[in-house]
Amino acid sequence: MATLMQLSYFLAAVLFIVGLKAMSSPRTARKGVMWAGVGMVLATLVTFFDPTIIGFANYLLIIIAIGIGGGLAWVTAKQVQMTEMPQMVALYNGMGGGSAGGIGAVALLEAQRKLVETGDNAIFQQMGADVAVLAVLGGLIGSVAFSGSLIAWAKLDGRMQRNSLMPAQQIVNIVLFAAVVLAGIWVFFSGGVFSIFVFFVLALVLGVFMTVPIGGADMPVVISLFNALTGLAVGFKGYVLGNAALIIAGTLVGAAGMLLTVLMAKAMNRSIANVLFSGFGTHAVAAAEGPEGEMKEMGAEDAAYLMAFSERVVIVPGYGMAVAQAQHKIWEMVQGLQGRGVDVKFAIHPVAGRMPGHMNVLLAEAGVPYDLIFDMEEVNEDFKLTDVVLVIGANDVVNPAAKTDESSPIYGMPILEVEDAENVLVIKRGRGTGFSGVENHLFFGDKTKMVFGDAQKVGSQMAAAIKEL
Amino acid sequence: MIEGFTALYIFMLSAVAGYEVISRVPVILHTPLMSGSNFIHGIVVIGAMIVLGHAQTPMEQLIGFIAVLLGAGNAVGGYVVTERMLEMFKSSKS
Repeated sequence: MATLMQLSYFLAAVLFIVGLKAMSSPRTARKGVMWAGVGMVLATLVTFFDPTIIGFANYLLIIIAIGIGGGLAWVTAKQVQMTEMPQMVALYNGMGGGSAGGIGAVALLEAQRKLVETGDNAIFQQMGADVAVLAVLGGLIGSVAFSGSLIAWAKLDGRMQRNSLMPAQQIVNIVLFAAVVLAGIWVFFSGGVFSIFVFFVLALVLGVFMTVPIGGADMPVVISLFNALTGLAVGFKGYVLGNAALIIAGTLVGAAGMLLTVLMAKAMNRSIANVLFSGFGTHAVAAAEGPEGEMKEMGAEDAAYLMAFSERVVIVPGYGMAVAQAQHKIWEMVQGLQGRGVDVKFAIHPVAGRMPGHMNVLLAEAGVPYDLIFDMEEVNEDFKLTDVVLVIGANDVVNPAAKTDESSPIYGMPILEVEDAENVLVIKRGRGTGFSGVENHLFFGDKTKMVFGDAQKVGSQMAAAIKEL
Repeated sequence: MIEGFTALYIFMLSAVAGYEVISRVPVILHTPLMSGSNFIHGIVVIGAMIVLGHAQTPMEQLIGFIAVLLGAGNAVGGYVVTERMLEMFKSSKS
């Protein structure tokens, strides 16, 4: 049985790696997630035969817990709207972190219980120094990922104010971090339940405090970072439990997630440290002189005609499209344009929306083929040859201040250079600033026409207008 | 049981594998991939099953129970969400 178990874990690890690889290409992605799923089911099933599981009560508890946790997750994951995907990923990720933290807590408590039996007086003597270090470290990372992800979820789900900054936030965080490290060392050398309790409470609080001041625009990076951290914690727990499947899967995700996080931060021209510690968009926007000129309005029909009589149109979707669930109407409109022989492309900024690739998912949901969708690098040169750019609920990713205004908080972030196009149409709900609270000069530019309204409504008006032509 | 340096080698090679697999990914797949890797660390559920399996005090059982519950939620939720996202990707040629 032991061999069969090891063999199954090995097979699961192979399936995870192959699955993740397959997921990195659009053609094979679906197969990839299925393979990984097979690996997961296999690994879970053989774990029921683990000889260290003792007692009928514990078996029963395991089955009930899997039933409740899995069942609830299944129902919510099936029901959730595509636009709410980012917060769901944050939520499920937090659960994984919490699970890793819980494993750490139980492993430490167990070691503490055995202290009494063996007569050792420190946890590291009981577990072995290496195991104890990773149990503490994994517990810390898992707990931070847990509480931090929950805050990220609450923010994205609109259940929490976006930028709530406490006074002296950074100093508080540094003190808290030092306290957590000290508590970890305390756990390592002591044998007390109380130290374990203090340590985990502090770790959870640290996760909350770290995430609370981070602005919404940075959430994608943060979620990805927590995802990587959970992976790392899971890998450490694998060492504590001597389980290779956990080590491999956890570390695989830890490394992949870390790289993904770096890629995302780079796309915003910021470092991860900067994202975590700056409290982006929270410093009272430095008496920014209001943009010159006025916004020029245009009706949805007129905007539609402008596009219908052009040759090349590029559409730049942003979070506003997601909020308004406008992707279906927009695609209907685009099909109308294509029917008239207009060349239409979608241009996606790497951090448009609340997760990288968020827009791709929504457009895919509406049925837009992925070969009409272009990344920033592929499309930025094309704007010069473009007749009309239609910006839908995007703001920071097209804000020229990122190139020109050094005092702007988004200075240095690469943007979609929509200004190069002949005409710019912007669908926007109102006149306010975007998610990051930064004014956008593009909206006041000579070439720019604003189409105010809900993106879905405007989209359907445009589609109707094009149909009637 | 995997000890000391064997584990270190496993850590190192898995990290390289993770890095390599992701390094050439189109932006279009970043979200599904993040979601997919989120699903894969749901494997934590088997670790939670093992610790709950040898829990002996009510405290250990309670925390273990929560850990299994959360881990299962991570695995199942992660899978369903990823699958739903990937289901929608198609090419105009197909």
